[in-house]
Amino acid sequence: MKEILSAEQIEKALSDLVNRIALDIDPNTEVAVIGIRSRGEILAQRLVKKLSEKLKREIELGVLDITLYRDDINDPQGETQPTVRSTEIEFDISDKLIILVDDVLYTGRSTRSALDALMDLGRPKAIRLAVLVDRGHRELPIQADYVSCRVDIPEALKVSVHLTETDDVDRVTVK
Amino acid sequence: MGKKNKKFEWTRKHLLGLRDLTAEEIGFILDTAEGFEQVSTRSIKKAPTLRGRVVVNLFFEDSTRTRVSFGLAANRLSADVIDFSKTSSSVSKGETLLDTARNLEAMGIDIVVIRHCAGGAPKLLSKNINASVINAGDGFNEHPTQALLDVYTIRKERGSLKGLKIGIAGDIAHSRVARSDIWAMTKLGAEVTLIGPPTLMPGKVEELPVKVCYKLDDVIEELDVINMLRIQFERMGKAQFPSVREYSHFFGLTVERMKRAKDDIIVMHPGPINRGLEIESQVADGANSVILKQVSNGLAVRMAVLFLVNQAAMKRQKK
Amino acid sequence: MKNDPDNKLLIKSGRLIDPVNGIDKVADVLVVGETVAKIGLVNEECENVIDAAGKIVMPGMIDIHVHFREPGNEEEETILSGSNAAVAGGFTSVVLMPNTNPTIDDQTSVEYAHRMARQARKTFIYVMGAITKGREGNQLAEMGLMADAGAVGFTDDGAGVQSASMMLIALKYAGMLDTVVSQHCQDNSLGSGGVMNAGYNSSVLGLPGIDPLAEEMMLWRDVQLVKKTKTRYHAQHISTAGSVKIIKEAKEMGLPVTCEVAPHHLLFTDDSISDYDTNYKVNPPVRTAEDIDALKQAVADGIVDALATDHAPHLKSEKDLEFLSAPFGIASLECALSLYIKALIEPGVIGWSELIRLMSAGPAGVIGVDKGRLNEGAMADITIVDPDAEYTIDVNSFKSKSTNCPYHGWKVKGKVQQTIVAGEIRYSV
Repeated sequence: MKEILSAEQIEKALSDLVNRIALDIDPNTEVAVIGIRSRGEILAQRLVKKLSEKLKREIELGVLDITLYRDDINDPQGETQPTVRSTEIEFDISDKLIILVDDVLYTGRSTRSALDALMDLGRPKAIRLAVLVDRGHRELPIQADYVSCRVDIPEALKVSVHLTETDDVDRVTVK
Repeated sequence: MGKKNKKFEWTRKHLLGLRDLTAEEIGFILDTAEGFEQVSTRSIKKAPTLRGRVVVNLFFEDSTRTRVSFGLAANRLSADVIDFSKTSSSVSKGETLLDTARNLEAMGIDIVVIRHCAGGAPKLLSKNINASVINAGDGFNEHPTQALLDVYTIRKERGSLKGLKIGIAGDIAHSRVARSDIWAMTKLGAEVTLIGPPTLMPGKVEELPVKVCYKLDDVIEELDVINMLRIQFERMGKAQFPSVREYSHFFGLTVERMKRAKDDIIVMHPGPINRGLEIESQVADGANSVILKQVSNGLAVRMAVLFLVNQAAMKRQKK
Repeated sequence: MKNDPDNKLLIKSGRLIDPVNGIDKVADVLVVGETVAKIGLVNEECENVIDAAGKIVMPGMIDIHVHFREPGNEEEETILSGSNAAVAGGFTSVVLMPNTNPTIDDQTSVEYAHRMARQARKTFIYVMGAITKGREGNQLAEMGLMADAGAVGFTDDGAGVQSASMMLIALKYAGMLDTVVSQHCQDNSLGSGGVMNAGYNSSVLGLPGIDPLAEEMMLWRDVQLVKKTKTRYHAQHISTAGSVKIIKEAKEMGLPVTCEVAPHHLLFTDDSISDYDTNYKVNPPVRTAEDIDALKQAVADGIVDALATDHAPHLKSEKDLEFLSAPFGIASLECALSLYIKALIEPGVIGWSELIRLMSAGPAGVIGVDKGRLNEGAMADITIVDPDAEYTIDVNSFKSKSTNCPYHGWKVKGKVQQTIVAGEIRYSV
């Protein structure tokens, strides 16, 4: 197991990410941050805090559960049984710029599910994807708009994101 | 809530009743149902979860609410729904239940939602066909999704059922709702009191995990929840109670009785309501009533059940 | 071949148990023609010899309660298939119940059954006719003519005679014929519509129950009527502790009342139905552990006169119905002896001699037939059993056409080796 991001590096990467996102945001555009369960949710919480401070305005936060939209749900080969949890988006996403947050971008399938799930909730002005790690090996034509860290590793290896809120420590490892 | 059930794996391909389920399994269905609630509230009330699955509503007994609720739940998860209603007496000659089901199965169905006047009919199906079977009410045995939506509703109102005093009033002997409620509520830690005349109590009721009370007035003050069952008029013919008037007098949930109940008592009814008989209109429509919430919650619960049995079936296929 | 002295059969060195004659010893039995010619040490040369060393040789077993479904439901069982099942189970005589379609309620029907039995040429077949026409409880059937045709008793089995006055008439009339009236005790005002024992399990499953009182009330009523008429009365398949008490009291009063039990009432409680398994659906229903204890005690105390089967074959497709709709009945003719060994001998309720009496002379007495003993000159109906042979009950090996048998897969003891009917080996393993 190899650590590719330490706690400090994660912190710095997020700040960096926020700076880049902030640059692209028009002051007149309504923005909301939505994290994909479960680690994207925590990153989104951190990100929205920094972004609010940066832009000096309140930015709404939502959590998206994509289980109902997964493409492996009726696939007998699908690995573990997914648990359905709530989507908590208390605001109307229509006409907003949505920053969709996930921890790792890999095959692109989760992002596809998330996009479909979001579209069923309303019609956003635009959706931008922000991820902590892009590990490549895409199976769908999907790219992130904001990436903190790109790693070039064989497909067999697994990238794990640990966050204090659920795992008692901030770090990203490759196994 | 999701976190505590993180490692739990749902393994039941069928939902036949709640008697055999553990508290953990019941809790897991309720947790899962929460995730489905928002499907019904947003702009596009549909998710692609069960796309390509075929659900058959196999109803051998009249039912509007349950059939529509299951149909809508399946539709919202993008399954194809076929309605197959065949209301006839169980003893009538003709095609047997198994033959009917096997014929449907030969057309390629994934989930059978069955309502039948004979207790055990869903069990019989589950032993003989490959599709998942969901019990939508069998005879006087069980009506698991109704009880699940009941406990789901109570849990939403109170957070938990632990220690709650719940009354179930009416024709317990001939009620599948009461049986499923008893299992679900007691497993989740509530204290259940059955209320009704002895002629409408099941035999050996003292061996069930409940208290029994023959007078609503004796317990109304201490109840946190009261579930009023529908009076079955055909019971009157068999003289199990003398008249509707007498029944209402002793067991009806009236405005007068409600004055003696706790301020925040939750009033439930599985429907359809006989207004003015087992429950007065003002009570049914009053602030304590969650009767319509029960109906809404029924959708989320049934979506969760459809989702879970399908998941378990998929997993078995894999094995 | 009637009493053909050339037809000789020697059963060597078996343990001969004949409770009527108080015999339990190793002995040879020589059969000549259709009768027992000699018992003891037989040194005669004989072409047909059965080596019965280590086996029990007993009077042929008699089952006074079977359903062979012919005429009317030949897909379930015929007199031929039932006869094959009977000899495979060690039974040299059986008594058919009249709930066929049409009902055995006239002379012709009785004669038809006898004719089919002769054609089958397996076991002796006796017939009970219906008490009332169509077993509907309204009008007396032609009991006299049926008795003339050889009916050994009368019953509306499957239903009890509901009306007390009808039953009183039947008992009075049967008294004239010196025959036995047999009752399936169930008061329909308490038990009608029920499909299992009324109790905790029926409450939990939401299935309509048959109250033990439904049986006991009719039995008690009938005993009062017998007090008045003094006619021979037989209570079929009693299933409750309360019924035992009523029978015991009737016998103590010296009334001509007999009763039988069926194996399922000694082996199952209504807990077995928790899974809606229709193979346990039977009428009277399987009851509780207390009832089992009372019935076994009654057997031990000599209150029970006969061990029967109530062999009631049904097709798998019929049993594959909803519990409410599936027919009542268990097929057990071919494993009955092993079931009674399990229920009565293994737990020490009774010994072999008493078991044999209750499966031969006992039932013979109920129907008034002189059978069930093995002295010289007696009809050579003989069952030979290996008491220690263990086997697994397998419905697929049944001679019966039906497989509605909840004992399938049970490991049991006591395998029938030969069944000899009127001096002929009609079944051999």
